[in-house]
Amino acid sequence: MAAESPGAHVGGSMSAVEILTVLFFDGVLRVDPRQPRMEGRDYFIFSKGHASAALYAALAERGFFAVAELESYKKMGSRLAGHSLKSIPGVELATGSLGHGLAVGNGLALAGKHDRLAYRVFVVLGDGECQEGSVWEAAMTAAHYRLDNVVAIVDRNGVQEDGPTEEIMALEPFAAKWRAFNWEVREVDGHDLAALSAALHEVPFSPGRPSLLIARTVKGKGVSFAENTSAWHYGKLSPAEKARALADLDAGRRHWGRR
Amino acid sequence: MSVPATGAATAGEPAVGSAGWVERHGLSAVETCRLAQRELARRDERFFSLEADLGDFGGFAFRDEFPDRYLDFGIAEASLVGAAAGLALAGKIPLVNTFASFALMRACEQVRLDLCYHRANAKIFGSFAGLQAGFSGPTHHAIEDLAVARGLPNLTVIAPADAVAAYHATLAAGACSGPVYVRLAMDATSQVYGEQCPFEIGKGIVLRPGSDLTLVAAGLAVVAEALAAAELLAGEGVDARVIDLHTLKPLDRELLERAAAETGLVVTVEEHSRCGGLGGAVAEALGEDCPVPMRLLGIPDAYCEQVAPHAEHLRRYGIDAAGIAVAAREALARKEA
Repeated sequence: MAAESPGAHVGGSMSAVEILTVLFFDGVLRVDPRQPRMEGRDYFIFSKGHASAALYAALAERGFFAVAELESYKKMGSRLAGHSLKSIPGVELATGSLGHGLAVGNGLALAGKHDRLAYRVFVVLGDGECQEGSVWEAAMTAAHYRLDNVVAIVDRNGVQEDGPTEEIMALEPFAAKWRAFNWEVREVDGHDLAALSAALHEVPFSPGRPSLLIARTVKGKGVSFAENTSAWHYGKLSPAEKARALADLDAGRRHWGRR
Repeated sequence: MSVPATGAATAGEPAVGSAGWVERHGLSAVETCRLAQRELARRDERFFSLEADLGDFGGFAFRDEFPDRYLDFGIAEASLVGAAAGLALAGKIPLVNTFASFALMRACEQVRLDLCYHRANAKIFGSFAGLQAGFSGPTHHAIEDLAVARGLPNLTVIAPADAVAAYHATLAAGACSGPVYVRLAMDATSQVYGEQCPFEIGKGIVLRPGSDLTLVAAGLAVVAEALAAAELLAGEGVDARVIDLHTLKPLDRELLERAAAETGLVVTVEEHSRCGGLGGAVAEALGEDCPVPMRLLGIPDAYCEQVAPHAEHLRRYGIDAAGIAVAAREALARKEA
């Protein structure tokens, strides 16, 4: 998708792959690809909408639309825009402008609480996104209304468009900030499927409080030349880079396969 | 407010939503809007009231009657509007109440994307629009809100003319689908409508026939001032048509084009910047198929730093009855010259 299109947000897409995998393929999200608007479903908001390549791949693999459609990514006439349109099956909220997802998630959660419905709202945030003040307005709201049906997962890859988050606008002490906002916070290795799975199957972490999972990740994970650098926040892979990236991913798969 | 709860008129009590009812209880447009919100909530449990720490402007009665459908987000408009979108996506109908200076502008992008792009069924009520917060200074004036609102696709934009129209506009906003912005103020002096208000979204109302020119106004105070200006002009033998163009989007082009064709001169009146509001909307519409001479009356493209009562602001900017009449007379003279 990053090679055959005008380009993709490679780094932030690759860092979120395991998070999306556990949400969609490990029984965390109660969703039905055949009925994307099913009553009582869990809501999923991918607030870091620029990482659409990862989101679309997860939705397609889960069956919300055909995997073959991924080839149309960002091509003329495609519905797979760089930042998601609202009309894509499985997309509850069009995102891309950062700092919107958590507040909207709160509204969905408030409606669920009012109607005494059991659904949960899962929101994936970027770490750089948490520099937006609206995230903290929403963090305050979720805690105030004791929205334990809200689960936020931060893809803490540590790198944003212009460089490391701690150099551009420091987020640390990050977990302490969320705790101070009265969220129940856990931290895991965001590329450890078992750890992610264990945590996400235990939500809410604390009754009466919103849950925050900080997933410590590597920007560009799995593609050697894109790891831990803002250079591949966004880019288009040349044929040689594509070959190298696929070889890296293949090696990674073989490595994981042996474990 | 000890105001009768529902529609049925009791003996000696004027019908709810009528001018007599407004007068009996001394209701402002914000107050009749709030009463209509409670009426909507009584009829349909999907309605919620959302506040950003300004519930004391008539919202507490909703809280007392429907405590589980009243949500205060504190002084945090991005959270307020975002949550409104979430509630709407879950099938609720949020009624978002705040000052007009904050409603669309503080959280503009949340309005744009979360509400308008998603066609979220949320209604935004902005009070103290225009220069109604006369003494409060430019932070609390809202002279750009219509320009912002008009630029947002999918948003219906309404500026009711008086407390009667505000009641019916609120009911109409609640009954239609999709995001709506209703521009309001505390103004309790405008009286335009009597026992009936034929309010229909997207349909302007001809308040007075006339053939020499057309005064097109929208919003509290200025529609009443335009009517009074027409009276002044009538005394001088000028026959001015007056249109309450309460819906700025979608615009009633047919009514405007007919008025332009029949009277040949259009003067717009708004308590808003002359950039991008009612005058702009009317000029855009008429310019395409029915261009006629126009005058756009409103607030100059500048912040208003004068501390003054509201009526003085209207006078200074020439959007009170006398100022409108003067401008109309001049425009007519130039046209006939």
